[in-house]
Amino acid sequence: MIDKRCATPAAAVADIFDGATVMIGGFGEAGSPIELVHALIDRGTRDLTVVSNNTGSGEVGLAALIRNGQVKRMICSYPRTANSTVFPELFRAGKIELELVPQGTLAERMRAGGAGIPAFYTRTAVGTVLEEGKEQRDFDGHTYVMERGLRADFALVKAWRGDRYGNLLYNKTARNFGPVMCTAARTTIVQVQAIVPAGTIDPECVITPGIFVNRVVEVREPLQESLLVKQGVRYP
Amino acid sequence: MSTMAETLPAGVGWDRDAMARRLALDIPDGAYVNLGIGMPELVAQFVPEDREVFYHVENGLLGMGPAPAPEQADPELINAGKKPVSAVPGAAYFHHADSFVMIRGGHIDICVLGAMQVSRNGDLANWSTGEVDAIPAVGGAMDLVAGVKTIYVITQHTTKTGEPKLVERCSYPLTGKRCVDRIYTDLAVIDITPQGPVVIALAPGVTFDQVQARTGTALIAGPGL
Repeated sequence: MIDKRCATPAAAVADIFDGATVMIGGFGEAGSPIELVHALIDRGTRDLTVVSNNTGSGEVGLAALIRNGQVKRMICSYPRTANSTVFPELFRAGKIELELVPQGTLAERMRAGGAGIPAFYTRTAVGTVLEEGKEQRDFDGHTYVMERGLRADFALVKAWRGDRYGNLLYNKTARNFGPVMCTAARTTIVQVQAIVPAGTIDPECVITPGIFVNRVVEVREPLQESLLVKQGVRYP
Repeated sequence: MSTMAETLPAGVGWDRDAMARRLALDIPDGAYVNLGIGMPELVAQFVPEDREVFYHVENGLLGMGPAPAPEQADPELINAGKKPVSAVPGAAYFHHADSFVMIRGGHIDICVLGAMQVSRNGDLANWSTGEVDAIPAVGGAMDLVAGVKTIYVITQHTTKTGEPKLVERCSYPLTGKRCVDRIYTDLAVIDITPQGPVVIALAPGVTFDQVQARTGTALIAGPGL
């Protein structure tokens, strides 16, 4: 019998190891798996490379993981947003590394990684500082840069509904990086607002098929990052 | 090309809404459009009602509607600026790789962006000043200019300190080369052409010479002026 359900966020992240590469879903707070990230803070895992579009806000969730000194390197497209002070401060102090990747290239690198494609060519970033050090090639009269597929040891993702097989549905624009991250990690860990009985999700509607998911943990009422930031909450 | 141009009388030139309204006239019925953060967001409200336009949101929505009332805001339904939006009937949600397939694969018709600088040949700089202690953040800007069919820039004609934004060559790090098609400023509408920047419309009460005096590169007067 296949049963990917996991009792708690702590149990779900219990094997994330020092030095791991971890993809963390979300675009701003939408789709950010805040309970899984807090469990990773509790666990104290260090020297992480984190792949995420942003760097969190306030001092909760991803920003708190960074503040806690657990991240040595960020791979992201937009490391500063409203209320994000933790990353900029550490970056200016030279205490965290940054690999800046255009957002579409970031998504496609994960898609390629998940699909077993080691590299691809894109026109994005041609003629800019972000092409530096990358192989170039001309196709059909246009210049392209080569980008590498991206894989991770773990992905932490937030979805809306899941079943014991790991089939997932998402909510609105909180879907964002979730589906591609699920495909690109060796171990994909998903928090959902409800685990539903197997067989009740219409196969026509499944967004992430369970083959891409290893663990599903139910968090019925996830914390809302922007609300915590407004209240000045710090984690832990 | 002095930046010491005489001050224009107060109220001369288009205000932000008028700039957005002018641009909105150039968005045709049936277009798929991506609006950047800031002034580009104003454009949607001015598209004539008899035109059906679909707005693409890079974080996974085709069919963005107006901002909801505060009590109806959903933190999981946001735009690229991470502000609450709504979805129109017929909208679709999708993940990031699909969203950027739309952008990078040439499926979006028009993208409207802000700018720090545009060069006479259409190079765009809008993501970084390149200052040493700036936190570099690019988001989807480089993908948009590389993949969207038509790039419109909407921006004040000069910086807050009066420096021209339309220049011979960008001094800031580029977002993309030769990507801008048209620029809408508070003073004029300017097409980027192989011959150079062509002024195709002037704001009421503004002369070509006044625009030229606030521009860092030679302009061409369009036939319709």
